[in-house]
Amino acid sequence: MATAEVERRRARLATMSIAAVVILVGIPLWWRTTTTYRAWLPVTQIQELAKLQLLLSADVEVVFARGTLTPEQQKKITVTHTQDEDHDINGETSLTYRYETRYRTATIMEEDALSQPSAVATDLSLHTLSESPCGSLVVYVIPESSSLLPQDVDVYVGQRRTALLRVAAETKAAKTLDQVLAAVEPRVKEVLQVMSFSHHDITAALGDRVRLSPGSPQRKADSMRSFKSSPGYEITFSLLNPDPKWHRLHWDIEGAVRTYVQPLLSKLSPVANFSVDSQMLHYTMLGVNAQFDASHDAYTLSVESLAHVINPVEARLGSNAASSNALLNFLLYVPDPQHSPLRILDHQKRQVASNAFHSPRWGGIMVYNVNGFYEANGEAVDVNINMAEVMGVFLAQLRLLLGVHPSAPRAGFLVAPPGSSGLSDWELDRLMWSRSVENVATATTTITSLAQLLDQIDNIVINDNIAQQVSSAIASLQLATAELESGNLAFALQYSKEAILASERAFFDPSLLHLLYFPNDQKFAIYIPLFVPICVPLVLALLQIMSEVHQRRRDKQAKKD
Amino acid sequence: SIGLAMNSAEQFFNSGHTNNWAILACTSRFWFNYRHVANTLSVYRSVKRLGIPDSQIVLMLADDMACNHRNPKPATVFSHKNMELNVYGDDVEVDYRGYEVSVENFLRVLTGRLPPSTPRSKRLLSDDRSNILIYLTGHGGNGFLKFQDFEEISNIELADAFEQMWQKRRYNELLFIIDTCQGASMYERLYSPNIMALASSQIGEDSLSHQPDLAIGVHLMDRYTFYMLEFLEDIHPASKTNMNDLFKVCPKSQCVSTPGRRTDLFQRDPGSVLITDFFGSVRKVEITVETINLTDSESGELQNESRSYVDQLPVSEIIHQKPKQKDWHPPDGFILGLWTLILLVFFKTYGMKHLKHIL
Repeated sequence: MATAEVERRRARLATMSIAAVVILVGIPLWWRTTTTYRAWLPVTQIQELAKLQLLLSADVEVVFARGTLTPEQQKKITVTHTQDEDHDINGETSLTYRYETRYRTATIMEEDALSQPSAVATDLSLHTLSESPCGSLVVYVIPESSSLLPQDVDVYVGQRRTALLRVAAETKAAKTLDQVLAAVEPRVKEVLQVMSFSHHDITAALGDRVRLSPGSPQRKADSMRSFKSSPGYEITFSLLNPDPKWHRLHWDIEGAVRTYVQPLLSKLSPVANFSVDSQMLHYTMLGVNAQFDASHDAYTLSVESLAHVINPVEARLGSNAASSNALLNFLLYVPDPQHSPLRILDHQKRQVASNAFHSPRWGGIMVYNVNGFYEANGEAVDVNINMAEVMGVFLAQLRLLLGVHPSAPRAGFLVAPPGSSGLSDWELDRLMWSRSVENVATATTTITSLAQLLDQIDNIVINDNIAQQVSSAIASLQLATAELESGNLAFALQYSKEAILASERAFFDPSLLHLLYFPNDQKFAIYIPLFVPICVPLVLALLQIMSEVHQRRRDKQAKKD
Repeated sequence: SIGLAMNSAEQFFNSGHTNNWAILACTSRFWFNYRHVANTLSVYRSVKRLGIPDSQIVLMLADDMACNHRNPKPATVFSHKNMELNVYGDDVEVDYRGYEVSVENFLRVLTGRLPPSTPRSKRLLSDDRSNILIYLTGHGGNGFLKFQDFEEISNIELADAFEQMWQKRRYNELLFIIDTCQGASMYERLYSPNIMALASSQIGEDSLSHQPDLAIGVHLMDRYTFYMLEFLEDIHPASKTNMNDLFKVCPKSQCVSTPGRRTDLFQRDPGSVLITDFFGSVRKVEITVETINLTDSESGELQNESRSYVDQLPVSEIIHQKPKQKDWHPPDGFILGLWTLILLVFFKTYGMKHLKHIL
């Protein structure tokens, strides 16, 4: 009938329009509102970063003084020599060391400097002539007859970036320039191992990325002792006075920091920021009882008991730090008269000259003995602490804790003690090399693991600022590796610091918390009550329409026949 | 050289860690869950006694039992009904309390994704040489741990959080102890290296509580932590007890449930792992042999600066006074408008004939 037909058509129209709305509007809307916002990340660049290929380049200048080369050899000398040394650590990390060596003869002024009476004076006057840039070295080859170095010493490593190398007798006998260079080259290489980057240091800096067996316990101790690369460090000097009744301690800490510590920290400013503060603590005892030892005529602390000294004291040490930077504590303990003098014994039960010990990644403690005359009436004794002695110990501990490793002593090498700033230039260079490599490796690992994490968990929102931090980290990393390749150490360190800051900011952004783990059964439990009541009648109506259309077509077909 | 003999270097650096951290979380609130707070506080007490400082302990307590108004012995939390040991102590430092103990905050502490304003005491500032002890207690089930009665953390989220810690090398070794019902399910999904896990019960078993106390009115401790506390009270900072002894704590006869453990992800042999490697903080120590020779000549005399307060500001600048208006200013727009309105209304009402008196 007509109305039935109208009704059926209306029903069909209604079903089709509902289906249209559901499919054309509903599903896209649901999709848009339930997707998480994920900013675009440069995934291909990140994947390229996963393979770390570093090229470290150092400039070396080898200067031949008068008496080391014959005049014919001198005329020919204009050689620049580049040598690459490849190391493949594992499949993903490879290192190449490039030494660009330039050979030349000494100038008149340098000859004047080399004719000074002692090696120290030579070093000083050579420095006034020219200043080598960061990361480069100059090796002066002096003849065997030279009296600058003592008899058994062949190499003198200066405070700046120069070394004096005494050439052996065989070199004089060599005829051609190439023979001379071939003889000198391994000696220069040895000097480079000490003054510039060495394979051990660089692989230790890559420790996070490549868990190599450290080899000797000494190396493991070195890697455990120094702090990881950090944008800043907070240093606290504390004076512990267990018995203020007897001692009135005066220490000019401000002056000492200004005179002794600040030069070192200023020199280290490319590496990290430092903040220094100090405090005095009264009535704070060391947690261990020292026993009187008649053989040393003093109260002694053995190495085994030192391990338990730090914890009770640490509870009393306040901290001024508001940032999340690493803390270094340096404690000066003045023992009370009942336990004076107090000496620290080493493993062989000998007295330690510095009377100090340090703990890896924590700081150091020094015991300062006061030999005062205690009046019978019980008045306190004024004590002026010798800050030069104290700071000498603390600065040595600070150097160790920051990663200035003492290299194993080599035969025939004489290393100049660090100057008034507490750090030689080449030691700073070595630290900068290992820090740059460490920063680059850590930033790379951070970025790649962040990308992997974001890829794995689909539900994490990636904001625009995170994408921007990642891009800037990648740009800084590329710049840092380029600067390392061209040998500009200072720029490389700066870019690597920027890279690591950006990557850490991206990785530790508070918005990246993944609390959106939905197991599949929970997903079904949420969506089924919402969609099934609508979809089931809709689908059934559509099926009915389709069967009607099908039926009509068959009728038409039958009519035709 | 540093001056350490080779053998002593090996002995000292056997464990590979230089500092210790502890994250202790109690996840349930309400008075009848007193035992969970007592569990956490007893582990806190042991860990502090063995040397880990407060700055390296993150203590999360979801509810306050010591000062709860239902506590007949205020300011105390006891672990035994003989009331000898007050695990609350005098210097407890709770970092996350009450509703701050949530799944989100727990995961933020583990992964380090905290807002920049978070203070140091609420952060886990560990590095690649830190041994971390993580202790969780509360109500749990197969694959989840209940937080605060309305949230859950699943074992997969926990495993992912540990993996993110490993990716950033935020731990050297991790000991994970959980005292809940079906606790073994929480360490099932862990896949990061250097993790050892202990649980108080297997999947399908309940962890039972131990000490009902009629004076306080609730159960005081859970069995597994009760016997673990007894075991830890015998440990002192220099003791050489190892993990195999901890595994023997609370056998089925005492605990009723079967404690479980997982050591396949851990690289060292548990027999060589000292209890103090995780529960205590034994520092590595090296003698300082080399010193720097600093000359005394550069230091000047002690500068005795007379210390004075900064010149104070004039009083009038400190006490803000209203400036007196000395000049006469013509009335501003509001007054003018108001008077115009009044005049208009007047003339409208009474007629325009009055206007000629003014003009």
